[in-house]
Amino acid sequence: MTNTIAEVKKPILSLKDLSIAYDKKYAVKNVSVEIKKNTVTAIMGPSGCGKSTLLRALNRMHELYENISTEGEAFLNGKNIYDMSPIKLRRHMGMVFQRPNPFPTMSIYDNVIAGYKLNGIRTKKKERDEIVERSLRDVALWDEVKDSLFKKGTFLSGGQQQRLCIARALAFSPEVILMDEPTSALDPVATSKVEDLLVKLKENYTIVLVTHNMSQAARISDYSLFMYLGELVEYGKTKNMFTNPIDPRTEEYLTGKFG
Amino acid sequence: MKSTFAWKDHTSRRLLKDKAVLVGVVVLSLITISPIVLIISKLVVEGYQQISLDFLIENTPDTFEAMTAVANGENIPGGIANGIVGTLLMVVLASAIAIPIGVLTGIYLYENQGKFMANLTRNISDILQGVPSIVLGLISYLWVVKHITNGFSALAGSVSLAIMMLPMIVRSTEETLKMIPQTLKEAALALGVPYHKVILKVLVPTGFSGLSTGILLGISRILGETAPLLLTALGSSIINLDITQPTSAVPLLIWEFYNDPNMIGLIWSSSLLLMAIVLILNIVSKQIAGKRN
Amino acid sequence: MNSDKITKTVLFSVSILILMLAAGMLYSLVGGAIPAFKEFGLKFIFSGEWNPTEGEEKYGALPFIVGTLMTSFGALILCLPLSFSTSLFLGEYFRGTRVARILGLLVDLLAGIPSIVYGLWGFYVLRPALIEIGFGGRGFGIFTAALILAVMIIPYATSLSNEIISMVPNDLKEAAYSLGATRLEVITSVTIPNARSGIVAGYILAFGRALGETMAVTMLIGNTNQIPTSFFGTGNTMASVIANQFGEADGLKLSSLIAIGLLLFLITGIINAAGKLIIKKMN
Repeated sequence: MTNTIAEVKKPILSLKDLSIAYDKKYAVKNVSVEIKKNTVTAIMGPSGCGKSTLLRALNRMHELYENISTEGEAFLNGKNIYDMSPIKLRRHMGMVFQRPNPFPTMSIYDNVIAGYKLNGIRTKKKERDEIVERSLRDVALWDEVKDSLFKKGTFLSGGQQQRLCIARALAFSPEVILMDEPTSALDPVATSKVEDLLVKLKENYTIVLVTHNMSQAARISDYSLFMYLGELVEYGKTKNMFTNPIDPRTEEYLTGKFG
Repeated sequence: MKSTFAWKDHTSRRLLKDKAVLVGVVVLSLITISPIVLIISKLVVEGYQQISLDFLIENTPDTFEAMTAVANGENIPGGIANGIVGTLLMVVLASAIAIPIGVLTGIYLYENQGKFMANLTRNISDILQGVPSIVLGLISYLWVVKHITNGFSALAGSVSLAIMMLPMIVRSTEETLKMIPQTLKEAALALGVPYHKVILKVLVPTGFSGLSTGILLGISRILGETAPLLLTALGSSIINLDITQPTSAVPLLIWEFYNDPNMIGLIWSSSLLLMAIVLILNIVSKQIAGKRN
Repeated sequence: MNSDKITKTVLFSVSILILMLAAGMLYSLVGGAIPAFKEFGLKFIFSGEWNPTEGEEKYGALPFIVGTLMTSFGALILCLPLSFSTSLFLGEYFRGTRVARILGLLVDLLAGIPSIVYGLWGFYVLRPALIEIGFGGRGFGIFTAALILAVMIIPYATSLSNEIISMVPNDLKEAAYSLGATRLEVITSVTIPNARSGIVAGYILAFGRALGETMAVTMLIGNTNQIPTSFFGTGNTMASVIANQFGEADGLKLSSLIAIGLLLFLITGIINAAGKLIIKKMN
């Protein structure tokens, strides 16, 4: 499929008045935004602004915790995600966490295929091998680990572990990949490898990336959301936001007045 | 768009299984705690009538008195004062033996982290904690009954209880001291305070609540011990304060009542009293521990 | 300087005392057991005969070793579903909630009940209930003892596994959830594999507890000195035979009981050391 301009602009995720509260205290207030397909969209803002909270609402992670409540709506390809079973939703929405968290009791191979195993999906061995190879190639890890697929993933470096976790999320061919500061625990070299990877991955996936690192957002994102105190302050093309922010708060943040 | 979800999916079955296991876990957990409720209610229901002042201050009746009372439909006269006093005597004596040794050993372990001797002592102490109490009774029999008091005695009972308490105190002392910030100790040492004063004036007071939790839990464990006392203290129908003589204890009396058909009326009240003390000690020590955190 | 040295010496000698205590215990038990081993040799361990009749005295520990293993394994199996569910309740499903705190407190209280009180409850409540549902032998036996033992070791089995289960990193569990796993699937494929060695260690230590429990077992096992033939038959454990027969024992019989105590000491020592070793390896 060729990406025409029109297709790139098509929204895959749209949030309508999404609010999230911890113990009745709002951490995210009335966020409405449309996230476009095959883009990298960065969520920026000072710590505590609700950016991770917003991200984790998108695969309904908050429902694991009783003290968190969500209001509003969110649509994935026009379907309300709150009408779906969270289990099915999460397969469409891969997630990558702050710290690399490969399953320490599983081999590299089993980590990549974990989504299938966890969901009780039966696959033939050949199919599995293909999925593992494709996913590891997608994250440029195949050549590094192909001889140690059946070793535990914990001996890998931090950057390799994080790419393994991305491969684990990719194995299901999700539509959206949610990334919660995926490079914050990595060194600069590993960070730039992951960043290159994200730019490549947007050809096939839509990436929503929480980052506290402005230059990272500037380097790799197409669109940016700037959040402050739980509110969505500004949303637009990253280029425009960095060169010509509309809201004074965005400008203050980008020029390093707070954050 | 390519459909990536063409695989056979059992979501509803998986969710059902998920729910079923949750229900199973809750039900089995409730079954797990049911004995404590059943046991305590049984003790209260069967035992409360016997509890009175007399029960606390009089000695155990002989079997004939008890039989007459039962035959006349009265409460069994007398009480378990000999057991209460004996338990107190032996617990105090055991504490007097175990607390200093245990606390000092705990301090030694804390001060010598990672050294061979400390590791050895810690491992041995841990293994001692798992030695069955009946074996400790045998040991105290071999040491004290046969060689020191030349007969069953309170001292022999106390020694077996002290060995039982010791590892618990060692462990809780070390764990407590580990929580105290290193800087506190260094500050005192930097002022030129001698080492033993640092221990007595800084470490022990700072860790006091932790130490007392460990000690109270240790006491609550030995209070209900019966098996080692059968082999060492033996029992006595009167109050005995001579540590070289056979002595009774509340759990020993329960065992005697259990074995004497005429005395059965007394087992529940004695058990109720014992349980109440053990539980109160348990709760108090948990409260102290809870406050600390 | 001098007082510091004294302090260090005192601390050192006190901990030496612990080592001497352990060595002394072993020494005295071995010393007390020698007459029995001299008389019967290794057959003491493998003989199933226990005959205290004067002149024909013959003592073998096998019935009690078998009885101990049967009651303890039985208790372990009976306690497993209960304590494992409780660990999941406390460490996973309801972690940090008020309900879990109360349940945890009640489980801890189970550890506070004296053995003899368990025995009484077993004798007056559990045993009649078992007779009611058709148990023979007046409700005494290995199974009854194992049942009460199972309740007694629950707190030991639960506390360690609950702690380890609640320590499984949350981000691992979230990773599994983010792949679409149900809670049960997270538990079986992430929580349990990551907590496995701690859970195993907890059950080993609980088993060690069961081996040496005395009073409650003595009151329920039926106190017969033959090798038990079934889980529902009567028997004696190593601990219960000591408690039961110590009163009237002297000479060879006393030595035999001490020898049983020695065996019990060694077995529980090994089991506990194994449990502790696993815990140490984990850290």
